[in-house]
Order: sequence, then structure tokens, then C-alpha cells
Amino acid sequence: MSVNRIYLASMGHLDADILEDLEEALTMHFGFETRRHPPIAEPEHAYDPQRRQFSAVAFLQQAVEHCPPEAVKMLTITERDLFIPMLSFVYGQAQLGGKVAVVSLAQLRQEFYGFPSDGDLLRERALKEMSHEMGHTFGLIHCPERLCIMSLSTNIRHIDLKGSEFCGGCRAVLRENTAVTRAGGSEVLAWEERL
Amino acid sequence: MKSAWEILVVDDEEIMRESLAAWLREDGYEVETACSGREALDKARAKEYAIYFVDLKMPGGMDGIETMMEIRRLHAEASIIIITAFATVDTAITAMKEGAQEYIVKPCNPAEISMLVNRIIKVKNLQRENAILRKKLSRQYSFHDIISKNPKMLEIFDLIKEIASLRSTVLIHGGSGTGKELIARAIHNSGNRADKPFIGVSCAALAETLLESELFGHEKGSFTGADQRKKGKFELADGGTIFLDEIGDISPKLQLDLLRVLQERSFYRVGGSEEVQVDVRVIAASHVDLRQAVQEGKFRDDLYYRLNVITIYIPPLSERREDIPLLARHFIERLSHELAKEVVDLSENALKLLLEYDWPGNVRELENAIERAIVTCRSKILTEEDFNFLQRSIEDKKGWTVPTHLSLDELERQVITATLQRTQGNIKEAAAVLDIDRSTLYERIKRYGIQRERLVEK
Ligand SMILES: [Zn+2]
Ligand SMILES: [Zn+2]
Repeated sequence: MSVNRIYLASMGHLDADILEDLEEALTMHFGFETRRHPPIAEPEHAYDPQRRQFSAVAFLQQAVEHCPPEAVKMLTITERDLFIPMLSFVYGQAQLGGKVAVVSLAQLRQEFYGFPSDGDLLRERALKEMSHEMGHTFGLIHCPERLCIMSLSTNIRHIDLKGSEFCGGCRAVLRENTAVTRAGGSEVLAWEERL
Repeated sequence: MKSAWEILVVDDEEIMRESLAAWLREDGYEVETACSGREALDKARAKEYAIYFVDLKMPGGMDGIETMMEIRRLHAEASIIIITAFATVDTAITAMKEGAQEYIVKPCNPAEISMLVNRIIKVKNLQRENAILRKKLSRQYSFHDIISKNPKMLEIFDLIKEIASLRSTVLIHGGSGTGKELIARAIHNSGNRADKPFIGVSCAALAETLLESELFGHEKGSFTGADQRKKGKFELADGGTIFLDEIGDISPKLQLDLLRVLQERSFYRVGGSEEVQVDVRVIAASHVDLRQAVQEGKFRDDLYYRLNVITIYIPPLSERREDIPLLARHFIERLSHELAKEVVDLSENALKLLLEYDWPGNVRELENAIERAIVTCRSKILTEEDFNFLQRSIEDKKGWTVPTHLSLDELERQVITATLQRTQGNIKEAAAVLDIDRSTLYERIKRYGIQRERLVEK
């Protein structure tokens, strides 16, 4: 029954034309067939007018609802600036060891910091964030190796500083976990699926 | 190292609680959540978390501050981070005064919270490493279950190694609870008899005739109830070691029998005429000074010299106070396991209290005290309060200094008079307090000419 396919989708309108690059990178990094999913609408009631940001939890939940049953993973991309109640922002969110992840482009854009827009830099950052969040869906946790893609970035400088690859340790875990996923092994149900 | 630590997130709001938990899990921590102060306490009772995130404002019963204080009551050294919204920073400052390690205003910068968590975990890792190091050290100070770094005790360990394989009799001298049997076992186990039996007999526990048959066995029909031939401890210990505890208490007849065994290496069973040959190493122990007993004519001098080939004197715990922390932690490790209660250490103040106390019952009393504290304690760390029962006896003593100008008789007279005054002349009660027979008490009252009637009138 498992088709072993990763889906990639935009959630809401995307200004950036980067889905094709992301699709290619997904195939390369994780070795699954990657397919484009039709655009998904933004979740309702995700906007917090006080914070002028969107709830990452609501976006993740929307992704869960639209995730095709045959998908091993689904990555969604949004332009919206995401937050969780505790934190001022998040670059993305994923179900640890689960199926879906969301990456926000808002704070990856140079414009956010008052600089002129830079399409190449945005693409590079988006690729890194994508790999990072996908790593979480494959069960990887943050890596103490500062240059590893799985190291926690709490500011944009660090995203630019770190590489776009998994370090040796993370790659080993990833290889093992993708093998399990490919074999149709059971996956941990993350909390968002219970919401 | 990270996944070894667990974090508890306490918040009534599910999205808040679960999204923070998910974020921390991505960082590699085991995270559990609780939706109320009550649930948090239930969880904290079951185990200790490295960090507690507690929301300040929770409806229904316990708010964040109360929850924090209750957690702290369970785990004195818990790291608690109070979460607050902007409007309540004042309350957060109160929280800090009440002992919150940190407070964070939500929403907070990911870098800030990440640094805060890392800093706390770093300290926890360091503390854990220290605990492991301490455990290693205490193992280093352990010799056949005897734990010490006291120079006199270390000398004893050396002596034991030296004499372990000899057949010479050993006399162990030490107050009750100093671990005389442990020393005897250490001698047995480090020598060439280690794979042969070690048989212990407490000479104080049995009446003379029973002890005799216990030691030497008896033939069938040798006395009422002896319906079978029975081997005695000496026969059972053949090839190995016999440990005779409280040897100062044995009767003159048994002293003679024992002397014969030591001289001839043979004896007769009670009611028997066949000589039984044994190869047994004798280790004897006494809490009374046998030399003095010899001088007073209560103990045979020839037996004393036979026993006293090698003498080991175990100092009381009050003379090896440096061992108290080692021993206390050793007992915590062993007893918490036996009692299936997770207790890992004791607080500085608790240790201070143990160091101050006099330990008349020596190591055994310390062991009992640790056991009692573990049974009643409510957190993973034993605190001063868990040793309240010792504190009372320290305070009792403070008001009283040992007089140094009285004869023992005079001291006894005063103690009996004072006790009778307290019990208002009630003999039964006074005898119980003094831990002597009523007949003995009557005899002393007569001997010292204490006038009971006068006491009662008072
Ligand atoms: Zn991450
Ligand atoms: Zn890594």
C-alpha cells in the first residue's frame, strides 16, 4: 500500500518561485520520489491580530488534514510569518517522527531585515530550512554540530553560516530512519494529529 | 546527554503547552506535560524532572506560584522556570523571590529560551558527573563491604589482608554497631578459607545450655527435646571460620569448653563420648573490655590469651567522622534500592546534622537512621527535616554535660533519683526508661538509700 512518495505543497499564495528547486532537493536529500501537491488554502483563524503573525500549529494541522494517505511525508511552504505561543517566531515546524512539516519564507527574506530582496539567498535559506524540518519528520533532533543542517538556528545569521548538509552522525540516523520509513515501519504519532 | 533529561511543561492552555513541548522535543529532550498544578504535582511526585516550565496564570485551585512552591517542597533543588505574559511581570518578580530559578515573558525569543535551557542542563550534567565521581570514590574506599577512609580503619584493612590466611585466633574489639561481624567476614573472605563456611554465633542471645548444644551439637537423647543427633556450629564450620560474637557473655563452663577447643582442636558433643576433630578458625568479638573482665575475675585469663593472638580494635563512628558522608551515601544507594524508593542523595544541611550527631549506636545506628529517613522522606534528596528524630536527641543532650568529677555509683544514684522524680515514683515506668528490670531497680533504690516516698510527695 505504501507508494513511498513525498508531497510538496504551497499553503496560501507564494510569491517566490522556488517549489521546483525544493522538489529537486527533496528527491536528492531523502531519496524518495517527490511529487507536487495542488496548492493548499491557508487555514482559517490562524491569524493573531495582536501578534500580526500566523499560528504554526494551525498551519501544521491544515497540512495534516490535506496530507494524502499514500504520502510518506508532506512538506508545505508558506509566505506567512509563523509563531507558537511561547516563542516570538518560528522558521518552521514539524511533527517529530511524523508526516508533515511547514516552512515559512517570511523571516528568510532579506526584505524582512530591511535589505533589498535576494532571490538566490532566499532559495538557499529555504532549502536549508526545508531539509531541517524534513529531518525532524524523519526523527532527527537538533544537532550540537553548529555547521550541521540539524543544528538549531535561532537567527538568520546562523542559517547562513551553517551548511546545507547533514553531518555524519545525523546522516547515519537519517539513513536508518528513511530505510524504516521505506519498509513501511510504524511512525510515531505526534501531538498535532490528536488535535 | 540531552535525552537523559526530562522536562515538565505545566500550562492549562493546550496549544501553548503542546507547542512548547514539541519545540523542546525537537531539541532532543524528553518532555511531559501537565494541564494543572495538581497534575504537575502528581507527576513530580513520581519522578524528578530537570526543568519545570510553569505558567504563572492557571485557573482552578493552584496557580503557578503555588505549584512551584509545592514542587520545591518535593524537590528542593528543582529548576523551575515561570512563564508569564507581559501584564504580570510584577508577579514574576514575586515568583523569583519565592525561588523560581528564572522567569520568561512570553512570547520569548527562541535564542533566549534555548540558552536558558542549555545553561540549566549544563549545570545538571555537571552535578551528575560529580555524583558519579563520588560514587567511584566511595567504591575506592570500600573493602569487603566495609567503607572507610579513616587511617585507623585503613590500617585494619591492611592487617586483615596480612592475617587472612593464617589460622590464628582473632579478637575483635569494638562498640555495638561498629561492624565487628563485617570485619570477621572480611578476614574470612580474603583468606584461603573463603570457599569454606563462615558460621556466626551470637553468644549473648542464648542461655548457657542452649548455647552449649548450639556450639558443640548434641547426641540423641542427651536432654529433653534432643530427639535427634545434631551437629553444632563448630562442626558446621569445619574447614572454615566460626565467628563468636559477644564472647564476654559466656559462662565459666563454656569458657572452659572453648579453651579446650582452641587448645586441642577437638570437642565432645553434648551427651556424647566421641571426640570430634575440627579445623576451624575462631574469630571472637566483644563490646566489653575483656582484659578488664579478666582483672575482675569474670573471664578466664588463659582463654583470653588464647583468643587475643591478633587483636583488632574498631574505632567508634564518632572517632571516624570523615566516614559519615561516605557511609551515608553508601546506605542511601543500597537502601533506596531495597526499599524501592528513589532517593539519590542528602542535602548539605542534612549532612551537617549527621556530622554533628554522636552516633552511640555507631554505623548500625547511622544505617537505621538513613533507612528511617528514606521511608518517611518525600523527595529524592534527604533533608534536615527527614532526620528530625536525631535532632531531638541532639537538643536533649545540649542541656546536659557529662559530669567528670563523679564516681559511677554516684552518677547511677543521681540518674535513678532523677528518673524516679520524673515518673513520680512509679517504679514500672522508671524501670522502662532506665531499661533495667524492676527487681534491679528495687535493688539499686535500696543500695543507694533513695527514699521513694519523698519523691512521690513532690
Ligand atoms: Zn529544528
Ligand atoms: Zn548533525
